[in-house]
Amino acid sequence: MTNASSNKASYDWAASADEGGEEIEIGREELDWSGKKVNRQTGWDARAAGNFIGGGSGTGLLICAALAVPAASYLYSVVLGLVLAGLGLICVLAEIGHPLRFLNVLRRGNTSWMTREALIAPFMFGAGAVAAYTGGVPFSTAAAVFAAAYLYCQARMLQASKGIPAWRNKASIPLLLSTGLVEGSSLATLVCLGGGISLPQELIWLLLATLLVRRISWMYYLKMLAGENSAKAALSVLHRLRGPYENFGQTLPELLLLIGIFFTSGQSWPFVIASLAGVTSGWIMKYTLVTRAAFSQGLDMTALPKRRQGS
Amino acid sequence: MRWGMVIDLQRCIGCYACAMACKAENATPPAIYFRRVLTREEGSYPTVRRIPVPVGCNHCEKPPCVEVCPSGASYQAIENGTVQIDESVCIGCQYCIMACPYKARSALKQLDAYLPEDVGFTTPQEMGGEARTDWNAKLNTPVKCTFCNHRLEKAKTTGKTPGIDREATPACVVTCPAKAMFFGDLDDPNSEIRRLIATRNGFTLLPGEGTNPSLYYLPARF
Repeated sequence: MTNASSNKASYDWAASADEGGEEIEIGREELDWSGKKVNRQTGWDARAAGNFIGGGSGTGLLICAALAVPAASYLYSVVLGLVLAGLGLICVLAEIGHPLRFLNVLRRGNTSWMTREALIAPFMFGAGAVAAYTGGVPFSTAAAVFAAAYLYCQARMLQASKGIPAWRNKASIPLLLSTGLVEGSSLATLVCLGGGISLPQELIWLLLATLLVRRISWMYYLKMLAGENSAKAALSVLHRLRGPYENFGQTLPELLLLIGIFFTSGQSWPFVIASLAGVTSGWIMKYTLVTRAAFSQGLDMTALPKRRQGS
Repeated sequence: MRWGMVIDLQRCIGCYACAMACKAENATPPAIYFRRVLTREEGSYPTVRRIPVPVGCNHCEKPPCVEVCPSGASYQAIENGTVQIDESVCIGCQYCIMACPYKARSALKQLDAYLPEDVGFTTPQEMGGEARTDWNAKLNTPVKCTFCNHRLEKAKTTGKTPGIDREATPACVVTCPAKAMFFGDLDDPNSEIRRLIATRNGFTLLPGEGTNPSLYYLPARF
């Protein structure tokens, strides 16, 4: 029940969008129709975020492995990609209420993006396993295509959640796609460097290009979210993330890559730091999006009754 | 046929009888409410007003929960347009809860009782309420208003008419002391709810979502 002694007081009580955190100035729009602050969803927790993190990174790595990874590190890249995607699916099994019924997830391919993701998974793992074993181009291409489809399904899955304004905005799709590719190319870079393999120029430029695409996608996403009245609570959380994310997750790796390309030939430290920044920023952003910024929306109630004083 | 409900906000007095009738009918566990009553306070002392609005599942014509469900557990009944959940198929992914713009669904994660076990009363969950709900089977699945589907199903054999005969009408509608709730067939142009929606400018919640709810609200007359 809201405090009726003062309208301002009642809205101030509900002004904090972060449980137990600092008071954040949010307006009336972040409150639901009844004047209470909108709730953060609790059904999809870190395990669900793990699905998007593992799945996004793993599929991004499979795609980048087919595009720009040298043959010497292809096996490790593909195996790591499949392991990450598999860990994401294990997170899903840990999260659902009836994991023993998991095969039921395959029943609604005509409408559900979750079903489509599950239908693509066996083909992706199969093609990836064969590609890792044979190293042949047809299977590596097939694995990349299935991985791209899997990543797309993940992005559409989140966007289909109409109850969460931060997810249902269409701009979330390119954001999830681009960050998957950033994470994949970052991990591919780390796999190369970790194996002592010479870093191909294509991979460096791919990482830089995906970072730039992700930057544009992020700005577009925030702009589109700002236009939605029901997303103010999510925006307040994302704005707190924005500074560190853009500085350390975008600008820093972009600058380091340019330094590495033009000024420090032969040295790997710019690429290592850039890749680590690229992948961790993506993971943190997705975790925040799925768990911390996932507020429900209020109800839009029009034509309220006009009651007389005392009635 | 498409069952629908109309709630007259001008008549609603915020007594919560609908919420309690639903709880008794379905024997819902603690913290699970199929029908909730949101209240909004307006004005400041001494002219404060409270406006109640009963909410629940809107049984949308284009339900996003059905669209996203990967297992088919959430489905739309072909014969009457209501949205139901088959808990035997549900995997408990809670995707439908994320998809619902109206927060109509709740995740049943634990079964508590209103009274301590040693008191000697049969728990509502064990009784199942008039709906004879098997709450153990629904554990770790989403639950929501069913438009008292057990009454609608029984009406098929008894010949009673939902919306007119009390035993065939949802418990919340029957119980409302202010007669603020109505139930009927939205596809019947001569039904009372169609007449009310047309004459009183009935509206739905979040029309921009494109869900086309079956739950309408009637605004104030003045």
